[in-house]
Amino acid sequence: MLDWIRKLGRGGLRLFGKLGRGGLFLMATLGGIPAVLRRPGLLVAQLWSVGVLSLALITLSGLFVGMVLGLQGYNTLVDFGAEESLGVAVALAVVRELGPVVTALLFAGRAGSAMTAEIGLMKATEQLSGMEMMAVNPIHRVIAPRYLAGILSMPLLAAIFSAVAVYGGFFVGVGLLGVDDGAYWSQMQAKVDLYEDVWNGVIKSLVFGLVVTWIAVFEGYDTVPTSEGVAGATTRTVVHSAFAILTLDFVLTAMMFGDY
Amino acid sequence: MKQNKTTELLVGIFIVAGLAAMFVLAMQVSNLGSLNQGDSYRVTARFENIGGLKVRSAVTVSGVRVGRVSAINFDNKRFEAVVSMSIDRKYDQFPEDTAASIFTAGLLGEQYISLEPGGADELLADGSEIDLTQSALVLEKLISKFLFSQTSDSGR
Repeated sequence: MLDWIRKLGRGGLRLFGKLGRGGLFLMATLGGIPAVLRRPGLLVAQLWSVGVLSLALITLSGLFVGMVLGLQGYNTLVDFGAEESLGVAVALAVVRELGPVVTALLFAGRAGSAMTAEIGLMKATEQLSGMEMMAVNPIHRVIAPRYLAGILSMPLLAAIFSAVAVYGGFFVGVGLLGVDDGAYWSQMQAKVDLYEDVWNGVIKSLVFGLVVTWIAVFEGYDTVPTSEGVAGATTRTVVHSAFAILTLDFVLTAMMFGDY
Repeated sequence: MKQNKTTELLVGIFIVAGLAAMFVLAMQVSNLGSLNQGDSYRVTARFENIGGLKVRSAVTVSGVRVGRVSAINFDNKRFEAVVSMSIDRKYDQFPEDTAASIFTAGLLGEQYISLEPGGADELLADGSEIDLTQSALVLEKLISKFLFSQTSDSGR
């Protein structure tokens, strides 16, 4: 019994230790961002691997999510004779929720895990300590460009996802199922608000970008420098990111759309 | 070095595509495209009951949207709702005795203001007030009126 309580205490201490290290690490990373802006080449290289390489995945997922929404929404709405509202249903679902959330989940799996593995291996092969020996700050050189690239990429990717999904819904609804072309857009434009819906979606994706990239680079930097440690860190990145995204999504939605 | 240039180019394309997607969301998907916030003039009207009218609800004439509700206030002295509408400057030929009524689009749809032009020579201008108004129909009131008339009929 005493043993069990001690284990609980050890777990708690470890959790708080990690949170503290993560917080200090975030401060150091944010402090390194001015250094990145002086060397934009590093940022461009990271935007390439984080943003451009995720583009195909995001575009295709967006297209198919939009098409599924079009199909399912149509089947439900046609019972009420309200299939003209398909545009609103697709646009609101995508812009408010699915765009930011699905993009963030895909981003965590596609780019976040790669980031963790890369940084973790750098640590395991002592490249990071090597940099320090050469008086190069690894946080400025390795971590901050990745962090900034993640923050910048996420809203852009989410916007691309949402736009493509709206056109996917258009393709299925109007092209295949015969919803009126004008009604699809006009109903959408009448009901979707720029600030309330679109802008809040952008804010959501920005928050997800901050959190997911933070988890990814921190897990990499904080990894146990063995192959097993890197494997565990990569898994934790995906799991913790998914958990953080879904939890934060609820909190943000309650703050943005709840009436209190 | 060549590799580096292609990378830079593709990153540039990525950023442009992302911003373009945001632009599409703003113009094509949201209401920004249908909002002509250019020239408009402001007209107010007093209603006894505005029902479910909201700021940004449509203002129509013969079913054509000519403006939007810009503000809804409550007059604490006369206990009436004061609705301000901004009407597109293109449509500035409404007579002063234009009537405003609150209607519902469909049975359960959104509420909007419908203007019915009268025959006066004077025109509505910026800041003028519409005197002839008809409040929103509240479904519960209608039902209770109907039930009341039914029971009083059967009591006779």
